Parts: sequence; structure tokens; C-alpha cells
Amino acid sequence: MSDYIIPGPARSDPDSKGAVVLEVRDLSVDFGVEKKWVPAAVGLNYEVRAGEVLAIVGESGSGKSASSMALLGLLPSNSRVSGSVKLSGKELLGANASNIRSVRGKDVAVIFQEPMTALNPVYTVGAQIVETVRLHNEVSPDEARERALRMLDLVELPDPEKAFKSYPHQLSGGQRQRAMIAQSLSCDPKLLIADEPTTALDVTVQAEILDLMRNLRNKLDSAIVLITHDMGVVADLADRIAVMRRGLIVESGTAEQIFHNPQHPYTQALLAAVPHLGQGGADTETAVDVTAALAAVTHAELESVEHGELVRREQENAEALAAAESARPAGEPVLELTDVAIEYPKQGRVPAFRAVEGANLTIYPGQVVGLVGESGSGKTTIGRAAVGLLPVAAGRMRVVGQDISAAKKNGKQLHHVRRHIGMVFQDPSSSLNPRLPIGESIGEPMYLAGVAKGNDLQKRIEALLDQVELPRDYRNRYPHELSGGQKQRVGIARALSLKPKLMVADEPTSALDVSVQAKVLELFQNLQRELGFACLFVTHDLAVVDVLADRICVMQRGRIVEQGSRDQILRNPQEHYTQRLLAAVPLPDPERQRERRELREQLLAAGME
Amino acid sequence: MSQPSQQDEIVAEQGSLHRQQAAGIEPVIEARGLSQGQIVRKRFLGHSGAIVGLVVFAFIFIMAFTSVGYAGIPGWWKYSHEAVSPLVNGGAPTASLWPPAWGEHPFGQDRIGRDLFAMTMRGAQQSITIMVVIGLIAGLIGVIVGALSGYFRGWMEAILMRLTDVIIIVPALLLAAVMAQLAGRRDEGSWFASFASTNGVLALGIFLGLISWVGLARLMRGEFLSLREREFVDAARISGASNARIIFKHILPNAVGVLIVNVTLTMSAAILTETALSYLGVGVKSPDTSLGLLISQNQEAFSTRPWLFWFPGLFIVLICLSINFIGDGLRDAFDPRQKKFNAKKAREVSSPLAPEKIPATVKDGTAEDGTVSGDNRGG
Repeated sequence: MSDYIIPGPARSDPDSKGAVVLEVRDLSVDFGVEKKWVPAAVGLNYEVRAGEVLAIVGESGSGKSASSMALLGLLPSNSRVSGSVKLSGKELLGANASNIRSVRGKDVAVIFQEPMTALNPVYTVGAQIVETVRLHNEVSPDEARERALRMLDLVELPDPEKAFKSYPHQLSGGQRQRAMIAQSLSCDPKLLIADEPTTALDVTVQAEILDLMRNLRNKLDSAIVLITHDMGVVADLADRIAVMRRGLIVESGTAEQIFHNPQHPYTQALLAAVPHLGQGGADTETAVDVTAALAAVTHAELESVEHGELVRREQENAEALAAAESARPAGEPVLELTDVAIEYPKQGRVPAFRAVEGANLTIYPGQVVGLVGESGSGKTTIGRAAVGLLPVAAGRMRVVGQDISAAKKNGKQLHHVRRHIGMVFQDPSSSLNPRLPIGESIGEPMYLAGVAKGNDLQKRIEALLDQVELPRDYRNRYPHELSGGQKQRVGIARALSLKPKLMVADEPTSALDVSVQAKVLELFQNLQRELGFACLFVTHDLAVVDVLADRICVMQRGRIVEQGSRDQILRNPQEHYTQRLLAAVPLPDPERQRERRELREQLLAAGME
Repeated sequence: MSQPSQQDEIVAEQGSLHRQQAAGIEPVIEARGLSQGQIVRKRFLGHSGAIVGLVVFAFIFIMAFTSVGYAGIPGWWKYSHEAVSPLVNGGAPTASLWPPAWGEHPFGQDRIGRDLFAMTMRGAQQSITIMVVIGLIAGLIGVIVGALSGYFRGWMEAILMRLTDVIIIVPALLLAAVMAQLAGRRDEGSWFASFASTNGVLALGIFLGLISWVGLARLMRGEFLSLREREFVDAARISGASNARIIFKHILPNAVGVLIVNVTLTMSAAILTETALSYLGVGVKSPDTSLGLLISQNQEAFSTRPWLFWFPGLFIVLICLSINFIGDGLRDAFDPRQKKFNAKKAREVSSPLAPEKIPATVKDGTAEDGTVSGDNRGG
């Protein structure tokens, strides 16, 4: 085949620069549900040019993914598509199956959201890239291998040879996503569809992947369609933006237009929903200028910000920190960890794994403590141990006044303690029993604790549904009939049903869209203020913790590396790790994001030395 | 599996949209809280296939047990399955559709003049008994063994699964022959022999049930192993649910698809197993009869007296089909996601996406959406 990939800016055909690669006209997608056609996308029109990034932004259910999958004919059989999709002038819709198969992977490649499920676990990464290469090009296995290695090098994997021979589960999440990108780029596609490429990743890894995609865009000349719900991600990467809502494109324009002058109220709401790190909750008088704080701590000089201004911003920060004296909380601690170590018990040949070591943490009544860290840092482990789902291997853990470090698994003591604890889980679709109507899910703790029965129980369930702002007649619905945000509301209602003294929230918003997340967080905040429970809020997103928490603990590799009040952590981060975490949070503003990125590069460079 | 699909998200979005529109106009409908059991029952009764299956099965059941009598109680049919009477019409069936008539021997007679209707009814009794007994015993043991070993793991799993392995390797037919031999030695007068000789088919059913739960147990263990790791199990535990409640209330309904498919297959296969055993002479013995035995006895007569083959065959098919339909209905009733879709029958809905109808539900989004057309061109 002639169009052998040449990584780098030198392209064989310079005239194609700026040519329209994808042209979509009047694209409509419907799904058939219970003998009805439900529209998922209506009359979409857009075009993407070579070397350009078009971001399609919208909540889940807005039809952004469905319409993009329709381009490649990847929709289930109960769907129908109408309109016209032209790839370099060639019509894709209505093309027969073998034609579209030759387009897939070769001319149009897709990067999926979850690299663990998109890569086949029984083949090595290299074999999967070689397969893609050889399907579309008549090359020898050695040539294909060479090309695969070059692709793995291109996506900045540290050791391409090793990655080539690795199975997907042997790579970390970020590496898997890089391998996935390498595979999709291996045939030099004209169009790259990236379907929420960073949603499943940590903030720090997300920043790395976004860096990579920015570099690749400069090196290659593909057109990129970026599908996401996160305005922060878009700010970094997109040239043009189309905002989708309920199947319609409500607004489109260049990135500058959308960010600086959003016309449609929905776009404005979407922008407002992104939690700005440092802005706090509703009370914005305590806003923190994180960029300035980071610069002050690391003594960095930013090219994009004038020196004088930075000094002024740093001073403001220092004053605010001095002013914020933390009021000592009163009362008996609700949760108290003293030198706690937690192990995952050994299973078969897998030896016991110590996930947390030497953790010290105290939560007083009414206090919200945010536990932050990357995945694998042990933050969820602490949350699960606090409700007695994991045994404590060493140290002392007191929950609502009782020492549970030696409690028997599922014993009487734990049973008693659990009446005072609520837990909200990460994935609302997994934490609700799919075969149980949600009313029964909410009522179960009360029923089992013997608090209420029969009509009384039904009344309590209604009250809880009102509290989390769900219609009462939702109680006979099954979880799959609810959207993600609604499901998480059900999860919160269940956790609240016994009026707990301690609530453990394990990344309750990480599976949700940004706009839904904002609403759920607001609800959570209101409930916390109203009911006054103490809360251990586990998350990887500093911006979320910033909205809610009084205190923040930062975890890295099973240890709490830094803890302090919200102001201490955000204004004056001492640990290098905390600084990096702060710098990685994307901002929904192209200019501010550029500042932040520069700072992050300096931080990383400093970390290397 | 836990990942919600795009489509579900869209449908959920649309659903809530309708709901919001309705909430503005009509008074909010107060729904009574229904339990899982009530909803499952409602869904099962709304499943047309299951209801047809249930009706057919009930009809066959009543006809089989009332016509020739059971356990000494006489039935309404004039012949018994053992009595020999002179051949009428050369043994051919006397029943006719038009004019509708029952006749002397509606299903015909066999070579020596026994009434086939009586024999078929007696055979259906035996086959239904065996199926139900096997289904109940195998289902119960299989679920309990599989659930306990999958849920608790550890030594419990080790013991139960080794037991399962031991039973898997025992050849069922051989064991059945040995048991039949033991049962046949009436002179010893043990309780086992006397029970087996008076309730032949019941003993056979119990015996087959005791060895055919192994497949189900392994499947259930697999299901439980994967389901116990799901977060809703942890959620239930934090809610204060006991192990028994988690197993039967939370996990089992999620595994009910596998359970029902397997049990209905076992029940259908039970008829064939019984036939095989009868053929070897260790199952139901002549002059008593079963559907399988009737068919295997009359194989050679297929070209000369085909009705001897047709009617028992028809009843086997009807019983198996209705059991499978009931099983399907149960599975669908437990699975809230089960939906059928036919692209040709689908009709257009008045689009809730029409711009002027969009209610402003975005936070603080009070502005009018009506000004935006869906024809927005990008770039």
C-alpha cells in the first residue's frame, strides 16, 4: 500500500492540509424502544478539516456518542440512521458491510473510553497493533512489527519493546490508553474519533494523555473528533466546539467564542458546572488562586504571567491563609485512625497485599474530610475499612466511639456500628441491585434495622425520595430506568436512611457527567449542612474536594503524605506530590489552562532533577 | 456488564423528560410502593407466552390426573391403561374433528387392544411426576450447593465442589441399573425396596434428581462468584443484611436467568433419561407405562400404526414446550431489562426533542430554548 505512515510533520501531500475530511449533513439517529422510535440525534450538521480538532460536548444521553458511532455503522440493530456522512467526499451511510469494514481502522479510527475493555485481554498489545496494520496493508509480519514499535514510540511509551510484548493487564491505565492510541493511529487514519478518551483516568494521567494528543495533533495531520462532557478537557485541545443537548447541536463555534462568549444558556450552564479548583463552594469569598499558590511554593517564574502580578497574587494568598484560622472542632471524634495498616487478605496464590500503612486520621462530628489521591493510592481502601468491609491489619480504628480494629467479620459489633454509618458507592449502576426496585433498595436499611415496617416504611421512603429531589413514583422503577445522576441520588438516599453519624462517600461523582456532578454535589452539600453528619469523602478530583471539604488528606502509595485544612493544602501545598496533583486539574478556560500547563511542565522538570 | 449503554442513557433521559413535562401539567401520580415480588408477579402475568404455557400445562395436568385416576382414586375415563378390549375400527383412532366426536377409542388402540388414550394419560402422569420431582430436587440442591460454595468460598467451597466432582464422574445409567437391581430384590424387604416397588416412578425421579444437580451447581457457583464482587452486595451488607438475605434476596434474583434455563433444560432432558432407563428395563416397567416407554415400544409400528407414535409424541412436545414457555416468562419477569423490539412495528413518537417543547431544566437555565434551531452548522 502506498500510504505508509510517515510520523512527523513532513506529509507526502501538502495540498490536503485544511481539506474537509468529514462532512456530516442532516444526520439523525433513532433508537427503537418498546415499539417506539426514540430520537437520539436530530439533523446534525458539521464538518471537520484535516489537522483540526472538533470537540463535541454534551451530557450523557445527549446523543454525542451515538451520532459518532453512527458514522462507522457501529450501532445496535434496533437503531436507524438517516442523513449523509461523507469521508473525503465518499458517502459512508448506506455503504455495504465490506466497504465500511475497509474504512474502519484504516481511514477512521476510534479511541474508546475504557482501554481495559477495548483491548483484548488475551493478546499482547503488539499483536493487536500488528493485526490492525496487516488487515489494511499488505506488509510482512516483520514490517508490521517494526511499524507497531514505531507507533508505540510515537505515543511516548517509555519502553516500546516491553510494551509490545505486554498484555493489557500488565500496563497501567495511562499506558493502556497510549497503546490504544498507538493502535488507532497505526494505519494513519484520516479521521480519529476519540470517545471520552480521558474520562476513566486519573487527573494526573489525564493531563499526560492530553499532552500526548496535543503533540500528536501537531505531528500528524488527522482530523480529530473529540467527544467529551468535560469542558476542562476541551479547553486544552479543541479548535472548534459543538455543544450537544438532547440530540441537537445547540451551539457551535471556535474554542475562543465558546469559552469567552457562550451564547446559549445551556453552554453557560455547562461552563459553570465545571468545578473550578480553588473556588470553594457557594461561598466564593474564600476563593483560592491555585496557580499563584503553586508558583509561590515552587518559586517558579511563569512566562505567561507578569512577575509583578504574580507577586501580588501570591501575597493575597498568604494573607488569606493567615486569616483563615481553623476553628477547633468539638466533640468525640466520629472516626479515628491511629497508625492503621490495611491488607487485602491473600487469595489462593496471590499473597496478602498491604494497601495502606501507618494512616492517622480523625474526623469530628459535622466535619467533611476529603481523601485525595491517584488510583492505587489506597484511599478507597481506607473508606471500605471504615465501614468494616476490610479488616484492619495493624493499628487502631475507632468508628462512632467503638473500636472495630479487632471486630469479627460480619459480627454483631460491626452490625451495630453499621447502623450509624452510611456509604455512597462509586458506580451507581453497580451499587444498586439491578433486580430490586429502587424504593426497596432505599427502604432496606430501615427494614433490616427494624426501624419501620409496612405503611410507615413507605412514608419514610417517600420522605427520603423528596429529600434527594426525586419524584415519589420513581420508587417502583428499576435502576436501569434511571439516569446516572438519578441513580446516585438513590444511593445517597439509601445511605441517609438511618440518619448516620458518619457517611463514607467513595468517589460518588466520578462516574457522573460534569453538569450532573455539580447538581449532585450541591445536593450533597445541602444535605450535609441540614443533617450535620460527618463525612469521609474519597475522590481523585481535587476540585470536587475543594467544594465540599473542611480538611483534605492527600494519599500516595498507601500513605497519607499531607493533611491539613482546605486552605493549607490549596494555598500552601508542601509535598511535591500534592503540587503535581493540583497542577494537573484542567481549567475550563484556554488561557488560564495554558498558564497552568506551563507550571506543570516546570514542576515535572523539577521532579526529574 | 455494569457499564450503562449509550442507549440506556438516552432512554433514561427521555423518560425523565416525559416525566417532567407531565409533572407540570397533571397532578403528580401517587404510586404505591411495590415490592420486588409484586412487580415480578405482575410482569409474569403480563407475559402472553408464559400464560399460554401455563394454561396448556394446567390443562394437560388436570386431564392426565383426572382421566385415568391416580393413586387408587378412579378417573372419569372408562378404560384403564392396563385393560385389554376388542379392537374397534382396526385399532385406528375414532376421534374426528368434523363432526366433532370422541368415539370409543379416541387415540386408537395398540396391537393387543389396550386403549391408547388411557395409556397416554397414564404416561403423561408418570412423565410429569418425574419432571417435577427432578426439577425440584435438582434445582434445590443445585442452587444451595452452588450458592454456598460461590458465596462463602474457602473450605465450604472446597468440600462442596469435591462432592460435586465425585457425583459428576459417576455414570448415571450404571448407577440407575444398580439401584434398580437393589430395588428389585423384594425378598429382603428393606424399606428402600418396598418404597421403590410401590412408587416406582417417584423413586426414579428422586434418584435422578439426586444426581442431576451437579451441572446447575457449577453454573450457580460461577454466577455467585462474579455477583458477590459487585458493589450492591457490599451495599446490602452495610445496610445490615445477613448472609442468607444477601444470597436469596440480592444475588439469587440476579442469577435467576441461568437457574431457570438450566432447570427447564434438565426437566426436558428428564423425559429422555427416563425413556433411556425404561428402554434398558430399569425405569418404568410394563404393564405400567410412560410417554417415553410408549414411544420406544412403538417405534417399529410407525409405518403400520403411526398413531401409536403420534399421540405420546405430541404430549411430550406439549409438556416440554409449555414448561419452556413458563420458564421464559419467569426469566423475563425477573429481568427488568428484557424488552422486545421489532423495527417494523415501531411507530414514530411525537418528538420530545422538538425545540419549542424543551423545558428549561438546566440549573439556572431559564432562558428560552425555542430560538435555537436544530440546523446549526458547525464551522
